Amino acid sequence: MTSVSIKELCLNFGEVKVLKNLNIDIGDGEFLVLLGPSGCGKSTLLNCIAGLLDVSDGQIFIKGKNVTWEEPKDRGIGMVFQSYALYPQMTVEGNLAFGLKNAKVPKDEIAKRIARAAEVLQIEPLLKRKPAQLSGGQRQRVAIGRALVRDVDVFLFDEPLSNLDAKLRAELRVEIKRLHQRLKNTMIYVTHDQIEALTLADRIAIMRNGIVQQLASPNEIYNRPVNRYVAGFMGSPGMNFIEGDIDRSGTTAFTFGDIRVPLDKYPFEAEVGSSRVVFGIRPEHVVCGDAADAELFSTEVDIEVVEPMGADTLVWGVLDGREFRFRVDGQSAYRSGDKVRVGFDPARASIFDASTELRL
Amino acid sequence: MSEPALASPHLASGPRGRRPRGRFSRRNIFLYGTLIVVAAYYLLPLYVMVVTSLKGMPEIRLGNIFAPPVEITFEPWVKAWSTACTGLNCDGLSRGFWNSVRITVPSVIVSIAIASVNGYALANWRFKGADVFFTILIFGAFIPYQVMLYPIVILLRELGLYGTLWGLILVHTIFGMPILTLLFRNYFTSLPEELFKAARVDGAGFWGIFFKIMVPMSLPIFVVAIILQVTGIWNDFLFGVVYTKPDIYPMTVQLNNIVNSVQGVKEYNVNMAATLLTGIVPLLVYFVSGKLFVRGIAAGAVKG
Repeated sequence: MTSVSIKELCLNFGEVKVLKNLNIDIGDGEFLVLLGPSGCGKSTLLNCIAGLLDVSDGQIFIKGKNVTWEEPKDRGIGMVFQSYALYPQMTVEGNLAFGLKNAKVPKDEIAKRIARAAEVLQIEPLLKRKPAQLSGGQRQRVAIGRALVRDVDVFLFDEPLSNLDAKLRAELRVEIKRLHQRLKNTMIYVTHDQIEALTLADRIAIMRNGIVQQLASPNEIYNRPVNRYVAGFMGSPGMNFIEGDIDRSGTTAFTFGDIRVPLDKYPFEAEVGSSRVVFGIRPEHVVCGDAADAELFSTEVDIEVVEPMGADTLVWGVLDGREFRFRVDGQSAYRSGDKVRVGFDPARASIFDASTELRL
Repeated sequence: MSEPALASPHLASGPRGRRPRGRFSRRNIFLYGTLIVVAAYYLLPLYVMVVTSLKGMPEIRLGNIFAPPVEITFEPWVKAWSTACTGLNCDGLSRGFWNSVRITVPSVIVSIAIASVNGYALANWRFKGADVFFTILIFGAFIPYQVMLYPIVILLRELGLYGTLWGLILVHTIFGMPILTLLFRNYFTSLPEELFKAARVDGAGFWGIFFKIMVPMSLPIFVVAIILQVTGIWNDFLFGVVYTKPDIYPMTVQLNNIVNSVQGVKEYNVNMAATLLTGIVPLLVYFVSGKLFVRGIAAGAVKG
């Protein structure tokens, strides 16, 4: 059953088209992450779903009900903001109760729901405090609690972890995942952090310039990006892109310079139009040393820069005059100036048309 | 590796760099000297007023206005407050004081109540034409009052409010509106927008958000508005003299009538006492809330 359904949604600010004809269906209990760079319209879309922005065209359905013109409070949504947005003059308890009082929920019911939310989020000792007396992590817990007490169908998160430090972010990320597994609510989560997206999402919608580029599972997006933009956006460090040609004399292969990468195992999804293509391979799919020769393709690379990162090491090399990055084990002792054999399985690569940038 | 070795001799020889300047450096003497001269420039007239108001007339006739009173007397103050004559009435400034209170209190409350809601609506509920409305409102702040004196006389006459307290209160409310709305709008835009959004998701409406979220967070700006309005309206002379009649003249108009009365001897001590009495209210307001005032002005000024 679908929980949130967005149909042909458009939003214009004057002449500027911010959201362009979006269609998204979100299943019941699904965790959807809207991912994209700043200004791609992901937060705007969330605000439209929340009813904080009036859409220019199209419809929004929540639980089968057309809520396009409903007030935020009547949509059955709870929202968590990046800056926590706790009411500074109220205690934690007052913050949690505010929405319920507005909805005229009976007093004993309010107390019951606050107690339950406080227990779930482990904020019982903080109930009498003011937001200023809380740490960032505690504030964000209270902000989640404010959505929790309202017993809503859909949770909306607007970059909730961006204001926290790295360690706390990782902790709360797990907590949000745990919360989702426990509550089984539909959750829509906006972030620009791909780790958050990959770890939390059932499906990720990658947005750019008000258009959804790809809406798929994290695994699908990571392994089979639909276009060059998605391929480059996902993954850190980003995918290696090499421009070259498809050669179909004999077995199919990708050629650039003097190098020939056999493609007979590559699962082509579309007709190759022009022969000019962009070949993409992720740094973590490259192996080196003796293992390289076991792969279908291997070649030699000059090492330029070595970046040890603890668990693994990122190596910046030069392949046929082009920058080529790959990830090796943290223990390997490569140095700048070394030559090393690298190889990969071409079936794990992604190939895009050079002009349309779509996956082939 | 060589750095620590280089650094150690310096460590041994104590602090480095130029020694901080002494208290009586030339720079400080010039700085404080200028400040003291400027302060004296502003404080001397006040000093003259205070000492003159405490002298008897014989002492004043000696002509030494800077001399402290030989014999301190509070009689001029008593006379200024309760028996000085203004036109037909001889009950001193007390009548004007209460008139001013009756003008100032409602004007301050009404103008701030309306302006705060105005500012809130302009900042948070961006309705169609909000910018045009705001521009026109601010435009009003730049038109000299004198231009509008006569049209407003006609307006008040047509409304049946001419020569009444409520007529004057209406005028003060209208003339306070542009600057107060600007003040409140800027303050409310400086509050995080997400708070407003959160309150909407929590189901609070226009008034709910205003009274439960915005107003409790806006004490500094309300204090600024109160100070601006109390001092502005209390010190107003022009509107008071034009739109009211002798019975309900505000204190400033009465002060003028006392000081400018041409009959008999000029009682400088009474005049000074009357002037000080009139100025006491704005001064008190400032001393009580000066710190909040400065903070509030700064808070409102962050975003424009």
